[in-house]
Amino acid sequence: MTTTDEVSLPSLPSVYRSRAGVELKEFFRQREAVVFTLMLPVLLLVVFGAVLNFDLGDGVTFTQYFMAGIIAAGILGASLQNMAISIATERSDGTLKGLAGTPMPRSAYFVGKVVQVLAVTAAIIAILVLIGVVFYGIDLPPGADWLTFAWVTVLGSASCTLLGIAVSSLARNGRSASATVTPFALLLQFISGVFFQFSEIPSWMQTVAALFPLKWMAQGLRSVFLPDSLAASEPAGSWELGRVALVLIVWCLIGLLLCVRTFRWQDRDSR
Amino acid sequence: MRAATLLVPTTEELEPGCPSAGRPGQFSRKICPVPVACSCAQREGGDCVLVQKDSLLPRARKLAADPGRQPPDADAAISIRGLAKRYGDFVAVDGLDLDIRRGEIFALLGPNGAGKTTTVEICEGYRSRDAGEVLVLGEDPAAAGRRWKAQLGIVLQSGAGESQLTVRELVRAQASYYPAPRDPDEVLELVGLTEKAGVRGKSLSGGQRRRLDVALGIVGRPTLLFLDEPTTGFDPEARRQFWSLIRSLRELGTTMLLTTHYLDEAEALADRVGVITRGRLVEVAVPSSLGGRETAPAVVSWTEDGARRSEATAAPTALVRDLAGRFPGEVPDLAVTRPTLEDVYLRMIGEPS
Repeated sequence: MTTTDEVSLPSLPSVYRSRAGVELKEFFRQREAVVFTLMLPVLLLVVFGAVLNFDLGDGVTFTQYFMAGIIAAGILGASLQNMAISIATERSDGTLKGLAGTPMPRSAYFVGKVVQVLAVTAAIIAILVLIGVVFYGIDLPPGADWLTFAWVTVLGSASCTLLGIAVSSLARNGRSASATVTPFALLLQFISGVFFQFSEIPSWMQTVAALFPLKWMAQGLRSVFLPDSLAASEPAGSWELGRVALVLIVWCLIGLLLCVRTFRWQDRDSR
Repeated sequence: MRAATLLVPTTEELEPGCPSAGRPGQFSRKICPVPVACSCAQREGGDCVLVQKDSLLPRARKLAADPGRQPPDADAAISIRGLAKRYGDFVAVDGLDLDIRRGEIFALLGPNGAGKTTTVEICEGYRSRDAGEVLVLGEDPAAAGRRWKAQLGIVLQSGAGESQLTVRELVRAQASYYPAPRDPDEVLELVGLTEKAGVRGKSLSGGQRRRLDVALGIVGRPTLLFLDEPTTGFDPEARRQFWSLIRSLRELGTTMLLTTHYLDEAEALADRVGVITRGRLVEVAVPSSLGGRETAPAVVSWTEDGARRSEATAAPTALVRDLAGRFPGEVPDLAVTRPTLEDVYLRMIGEPS
């Protein structure tokens, strides 16, 4: 009998910690990822805030409206785009296969990714809110709205993370994942009320946008950043928070199902 | 005495030309725990002494046709019986039998597409198999768990990906998955990456990255290490350094299964070599006797009356002595050559040499 039979495997929390450290370093040390995922929303906020600072009525500026949208887009970037591209890259370059050959519990890989998404999301939100407050006079939401902020962020982030993991399995490598997911995310942002007021968008586009999580995330966050008087100008005439929660939960379930069914630790040619 | 520590004359060793038959000193007097294997040898009070290859061949063929006769050996590092794997219409592995003892370095040689990587990846638990039995460290890779994986070290052909982590961070992270890892800094010393410990994985050169792959493969203190074409793309000096690394791992008692294209690598490192072609193992032998190399006729050549002459002979010494008598001084341009490992190998895999 070898010594490994007597020594127990490392505890789950210790491996989770190790993986979380790996994932945080992998993200924050990669300049392209940081610029693309973290700085792009910030730049867009700065540019849009300076250029499109017009009044929407009730003393609400477009920048306030855009604040909700760009946070939703930031969450989308940190979760869906980030996961789809990074996991596709790690699958095609053999990182995933290497991990699958170790005794690392497989859950640890996903725990590491979730920690990465949460850290990046928190960083994006903190920077965006800070810029909004300091440069564009955005009022921080009142007490109860923080709760809405929290659950919209968590549900939106969870559904998009799961979708990102699922989408990664469709791509051949990181580059092709980026080439597919980036235009899709951009398109979604245009029709989901990030760059334009959602009520100004043709209704058929609204219908398409309503199939995906981003529209609902932006809507939920608008309820946080805009006064309730503006709910009347939403297409439904209200913030529809119940429906926001429902759609995001459904997307979480769909994403989870897709992940379980499609996740691969190796390239397609290996069986 | 346990069978695991001993050489068992299996069908692979005996089948094509039986290299061991002509060399009683090489394989004889091993206790043979498998009665079937003993029937192809002379029994001497529990010991097996291999005899003439002619009498062995029919028996070996019969065994190969019925791989179910010997069960896989649970005490071996790797024991494979009748392994088969196909991808669509392509038969990658076609009834392969193999035993690798604990503590040995075994090299699997073969051309591209012969089934080397498929066989190795089935043993590592990466791929499923269509037929046959496989035991790796006594367990079926298709069903084994984390505790089994903790005993393996795997250096994949593809290697690990680019990383933003430093070499030391990568080795430490890898160590955190194992129950009794080696000290990461000692591992870096062993593979010669101490000076690169603070460099990010993505910034390493090809040879350094391969050494990092090996560091990641051995940091978990594996009982069995898989090395899939570890030195492809190395310059000659890097290969020599790598070989000495493998030898020092052998000193530590690690069993290794190595696949390679390079015959000199197999000859330099391996205790035994298996040649695989078209999904079948065509021979298993110690490198020096592969393909009956050591008993093959030598070719003696010299220059006489202005013409180059050569003669193939089983007794080159006698011929040289004879030549020495015919010439007053030096025999002009005298050379005695035997088939190189490469000659033997190319003949085995059916390529013109």
